[in-house]
Amino acid sequence: MIQTKQYIGWIALIAAFVAMPLFISSGRWIEFIELTLFAAVMGQGWNILGGYGGQYSFGHALFFGTGAYIQALLQFKFGISPWIAMWFAVGGGVLVGVFVGYLSFRYGLRGSYFALITLAFAEAFHVLARSFISVTEGGRGVQLTLNRDPDQALSTFQFTFSGPFLQSYGYYYSILALLLIAFGVTWWMERTRFGAQLVAVRENEDAAQALGIDAFRTKMGAICLSAAITSSAGIYYVQKFLFIDPGIAYGPAKSIEALFAPIIGGLGTVLGPLVGAFFIQGLGEITKEGISLIWGSQPGVDLILFGMILIMVLGFAPKGIVGLIEAAWRKVTSDRKGGDNA
Amino acid sequence: MLDVSGLSKSFGGLKAVSDATVTVNEGEIVSLIGPNGAGKTTLFAMISGFLQADEGTVTLNNQDITGWRPFKICRLGLVRTFQVVQPFANLSVRENIAVGAHTRLRRRAAALAKAGEVADIVGMGGMLDTSAGSLTVAGRKRLELARALATEPKLLLLDEVMAGLNATEIDEIIGVVQDIRSSGVTIMLIEHVMQAVMSLSDRTYVLNNGVIIAGGTPQEVTRSPEVIEAYLGHGAAKRIAAMEEKNAGGDHA
Amino acid sequence: MEILGLQIPFYSMDTVMGSVIGGVFLGAVYALVALGLTLIYGVLHIINFAHGALLMLSMYAVYFAWYYWGVDPYVAMLFIVPGGFVFGYGLQRGVIGKTSHGKDEIILLVTLGISIVIENLALFFFSADERSVQVPYDLDGIDLGVTYVVYPEIFALVGSLLFTLLLWIFMSRTDTGKAIRCVAKERQGARLVGINVEHIFAVTFGLGTALVAAAASLLAPTYSVHPQSGYLFVLIAFTVVVLGGMGSFVGALVGGFLIGITEQLGRLYLGESLGLITISVIFILILLFRPTGLFGQKSS
Repeated sequence: MIQTKQYIGWIALIAAFVAMPLFISSGRWIEFIELTLFAAVMGQGWNILGGYGGQYSFGHALFFGTGAYIQALLQFKFGISPWIAMWFAVGGGVLVGVFVGYLSFRYGLRGSYFALITLAFAEAFHVLARSFISVTEGGRGVQLTLNRDPDQALSTFQFTFSGPFLQSYGYYYSILALLLIAFGVTWWMERTRFGAQLVAVRENEDAAQALGIDAFRTKMGAICLSAAITSSAGIYYVQKFLFIDPGIAYGPAKSIEALFAPIIGGLGTVLGPLVGAFFIQGLGEITKEGISLIWGSQPGVDLILFGMILIMVLGFAPKGIVGLIEAAWRKVTSDRKGGDNA
Repeated sequence: MLDVSGLSKSFGGLKAVSDATVTVNEGEIVSLIGPNGAGKTTLFAMISGFLQADEGTVTLNNQDITGWRPFKICRLGLVRTFQVVQPFANLSVRENIAVGAHTRLRRRAAALAKAGEVADIVGMGGMLDTSAGSLTVAGRKRLELARALATEPKLLLLDEVMAGLNATEIDEIIGVVQDIRSSGVTIMLIEHVMQAVMSLSDRTYVLNNGVIIAGGTPQEVTRSPEVIEAYLGHGAAKRIAAMEEKNAGGDHA
Repeated sequence: MEILGLQIPFYSMDTVMGSVIGGVFLGAVYALVALGLTLIYGVLHIINFAHGALLMLSMYAVYFAWYYWGVDPYVAMLFIVPGGFVFGYGLQRGVIGKTSHGKDEIILLVTLGISIVIENLALFFFSADERSVQVPYDLDGIDLGVTYVVYPEIFALVGSLLFTLLLWIFMSRTDTGKAIRCVAKERQGARLVGINVEHIFAVTFGLGTALVAAAASLLAPTYSVHPQSGYLFVLIAFTVVVLGGMGSFVGALVGGFLIGITEQLGRLYLGESLGLITISVIFILILLFRPTGLFGQKSS
């Protein structure tokens, strides 16, 4: 019976997001939710490796950037359709994941060392993207041509000039689709043997090995899945903003963005990244509005707040917002049952 | 079933295990005893793949598993537990055991169901949804045992599974271990709790300073002078023999 | 000549020597920045991600002291260094110690959080503009033939050697230094003999911050500061620490020199842009193949 309740909950949530445009006409709100969903997808990608796998990456921009660059370059240089390019973008991201994962896990890097090496790889790719101008256009970045023909909107995967519905909601549904795929995959993974083994490796790698789990293979699987999801976010970014450069692709900003939402929302849970993303984006908006009333537009103000929240969550609510909600729920239900809940 | 031959391991200048040869036959319970620091856990670690031996071979059912990685050895049917228990703290008891079950079972539902069954065998049926991190030491030991059992092992290596338990708990675990053997699992255990060693083992090996100094039935081994000296110090065997003679010569109740 | 499609230019011995010498002086600075990080890691086993942000903060302090009160950066050391100590002490005792529960990855994330907060506070208060201290002697120097070394660079080299020596003396001769070494080796044992471990942790962190404040003073004449400066130095500092061996002061010194020289040569042969990749590559290679570094102790 509880199972059915859970399913109804999920379906209601999905339906709410799908139907949201019917109730919200403000472009500003849709924009806000799009950004939030983007952060949630990035966060879910990180969550698979970090939350479920326990391997904290400080260089997740690696996957975002690779996905974004491949998506952009295939269109820019070879005129390939974005719908075809995206498969290569994800594939490229996964390949980078295999490369970094193989080196890191084969040499037994864990914990802080793993975090640092992912940072180093991201920085290395940053430098490479800036330097190999013939391949990546260097510091100038890749600028995609804006499509102005409404009839070509779908084929070019650009909705700025398109029919009225797509113009308002095309990007919204794109990121929503990516989110549903990412979250769906995560939800499914939780219920498979792979998911159970991944979590076991996170909890105690040696004990997991003793129980027949090939920790190397499991971690490789996790980094590939993580890379795939994170690079798909890169696809969306390129189609929406039509521009990518080394700093955006491989700079620290995206790496940090990727870890905020899952940690604050709740590591190792399906909804964590979404809850975290809404919390952060919402708080960020409020902060930015508030600050701009007095001091005008100030970049980075929201990050001050996020940094502090991150520290507090790590110190006092390590299971994130989802963890807090679950704890409160348990307390409420156990109180109802008369306080006796072993 | 298990043939360990000439296994050796050095750490720097210290020879932790020296030329160890051990046999375990199918259906037996074999114990490995010896003073602290004798090298027992090191031996287990080498057998189960957590340490690379410097010399020697390990054979399981005629399959040479020397130098194999732990997870491969587990899949072949040899599972070990740890002296310092290693629960998956953030997972429930059921989820913990299910990880073990997944070694043989693919589907989640099947693994979770099997976890329930195994939990009953070790007496944890009522705690399935408790978080592993909140268990007592005794509970964690049982969980460790259950997890290993769920992998459907042919040979179970138990490392001091009784340590830290009180008398009642020890009796219970002894019963569980006997049940496990009856179900067809061969067992090798490291133990300090002599009560368990005497009542459970078919045979015993004694390890001292990395060398196997005795092997035989528990009764034989505990009377061996070398074994007594290993535990009680040089000359102890003679002193004990002298005392026994004195007692035998005096009052005879 | 051409390697992998890259044009490797041919340079005269003089030019190469010039780069190497430049690298030595640059490396001295890296070593000093990394010294504090090495100390913190060696004792607390913390990878202090906030180290770069603390450097940046110190550099701003030096800048503002110069800007508002005309204080010479080297003189500023007199109050920046103690100030850094106090700040670091408070940070460890008040924030890191209270939130990290001793777990490795959590500490890394907490210090990451701290660095984000500090960087963006700097951005908010100081704006993104680059600030430079201008001292009258920053262009005077010594002509070595193959290259010209300015006085600030010489002071930085001397300074880093001096501070390394001072640190070594402190650690081996003073009571606090011995207590720190004791805690580094055996935490529980230290507690048992009555050492206040939390206090020692905070002292260590304070010292590490003080050292980075000293580095800031030495860097100020040559380097401009902006909110992102810290991030740029963090990766370099980590590389030096890992290369030299976590917890080894000599290692930090040697590592610093090696990195400095490699970076300069990398820039010379691969160009300004690609040359920076040498640092990341070294870092990755060390982590993979020799994580204990050149001088580090193999700790389990």
